Amino acid sequence: MTVLIDAPLLVAAPAPDQRYRRQRRLAWIARHSIAIAVAVMFVTPVAYLVLLSLMTSDQALTSDYWPNSWHPENYVRIFMVTPLPHYLLNTLIYAVSVTALVLLSSVPAAYALAKVKFRGGNALFLVVIGMMMLPPQVVTVPLYLMWANVGLTGSLWPLIIPALFGDAFTIFLLRQFLLTIPSEYLDAARVDGCGEWQTLLRVVLPMARPGIAAAGLFQFFFCWNDYYGPLVYTSENENSWTLSLGLASFHSVHHVDWNLVTAATVLAMAPLIIIFFFAQRAFVQGITLTGFKG
Amino acid sequence: MTAKPLGVRIRKGATTLSFLAPVLIGIAVFFLYPLGSAVYFSFTKFDLLSVPEWVGLENYRKMADDPFLLQSIRNTLWMVVVFVPVRIIGAIGLSMLLTQFKRGAGFFRTVFYLPALIPPVAATIAFVYLLKPGTGPVNHVLALIGIDGPLWFNSPAWAKPSLVLLGLWAIGDLMVIFLAAVLGVPASLYEAASLDGANAWQRFRLITLPTIRPVVLFAAVTGVIYTLQYFDQAAVAGSIASGQATVGGGISTNFGFPEGSTFTYPLWLYTVGFRYNALGYANALAIGLFVVALAVTLFLLRRAKAFSGEES
Repeated sequence: MTVLIDAPLLVAAPAPDQRYRRQRRLAWIARHSIAIAVAVMFVTPVAYLVLLSLMTSDQALTSDYWPNSWHPENYVRIFMVTPLPHYLLNTLIYAVSVTALVLLSSVPAAYALAKVKFRGGNALFLVVIGMMMLPPQVVTVPLYLMWANVGLTGSLWPLIIPALFGDAFTIFLLRQFLLTIPSEYLDAARVDGCGEWQTLLRVVLPMARPGIAAAGLFQFFFCWNDYYGPLVYTSENENSWTLSLGLASFHSVHHVDWNLVTAATVLAMAPLIIIFFFAQRAFVQGITLTGFKG
Repeated sequence: MTAKPLGVRIRKGATTLSFLAPVLIGIAVFFLYPLGSAVYFSFTKFDLLSVPEWVGLENYRKMADDPFLLQSIRNTLWMVVVFVPVRIIGAIGLSMLLTQFKRGAGFFRTVFYLPALIPPVAATIAFVYLLKPGTGPVNHVLALIGIDGPLWFNSPAWAKPSLVLLGLWAIGDLMVIFLAAVLGVPASLYEAASLDGANAWQRFRLITLPTIRPVVLFAAVTGVIYTLQYFDQAAVAGSIASGQATVGGGISTNFGFPEGSTFTYPLWLYTVGFRYNALGYANALAIGLFVVALAVTLFLLRRAKAFSGEES
């Protein structure tokens, strides 16, 4: 019986062959229609935002979705009539400095956790997992009080300084990546007389570049998108607002200028999508690493 | 085998310590210390201007008759029960769809993934506009086919389902994880099943699903953790859909809109702490959140081999 199922492929009988082909064509059409329909649904929200952002402010308030006239100058106007340049600068300062500092402080720790045997290593890794899983809201109030005591609330410092001391998710991700590097390379370096730091810098770092790239991208994206952190520490001082925070309150200040609100929103997402297209491979690899292994 | 001389061991320990020093300081200052303080503060009463005053268990007693807390727990539970499974089913569905393609899979994968990159605040703004009851295109299209669209973010009954839609849209991360899992199912298993006459659904149910079960478990647990801290989208959706003019720090006056239906547990915690300045009580709420998150994490650690610190 089972052989019969594949029979049309082998036997050149014309009728079943045709039916088989028709079935395959139908299946082809079905899965392409489904995939295209889903793809359209995924693209629509962004397309709608872009179209709104190119309308006049009057038309943006209507239920139209095609601009009567095109106004790309909205993208220039938001830089002049809103504090957007300021938000953008703060976001860049936050994201770039934190990404650099987190990598500097986390790579050695991840290396120790992945490749150096020491007492308490497993326990330390469990603590890292625990920190990663801990909802940030649990420690928000004590941390806020701590930063308020040293007079740094209302600035970006409470968001940047902790990066000097590692980030749980980055350590976790890097460790998972470093585990995939065969220990033989490291042993060879040690036999050649390299100390642990030398082994890390000369042997491991070059091999770990894809993992570091993925971790850096994730950290950069996290900071760029972060809303909770800036809300807690900077909302009292508008000079320190980031894009996310600015966007969220933008609407209330410019609530009749939907075209401007949407233009700013599009600008907030554009850099991420551009970066993604250049670094797609590192990205997908990184996500897969965060998933289940073994 | 002789033990290594003491000097070597100390040097080796010092090297290891030098790798870990920043992180150890970080754990102490930004994790253990605030966690300990939160426990202590949860037994006190104070605001930004006063010093903590010991009140024993009063904050925890207060939790029992806080109607907003009850509502926020209900909202967060609703999200755990609906949001988490819907996202998992959606992600499995999309990854199965992608495996059907020989050509074009890369294109569709990118399109399905992209929304996950979009900043949550921006994505939420997009959805509030998209779902605007009066002028939004979604209700416009629904009207064309004769459906009277709901009020979405402006309706207490539909606000959370709208957030679920938003979460489904930004499903890319989860989809990529499931895609890797589904592609890892040995092809020989499918071939054997085909020979036995299993149809596509049977192959999925009897082969794919059991094989990727660990990933489903992982996604469920991390999904619950994520939902316990669900904040940004609920906060932004509430304050933007309410349409009231509020600025910056004052944004929290619209949290929970409409009628508290988007008040998640962390949102309520933030409001208690930073709008009402009831810092002692906020810490009691934080400890409540911590206990639940810890229980979920321990469950994951016990189940997941990948987290045990062993190389597999």
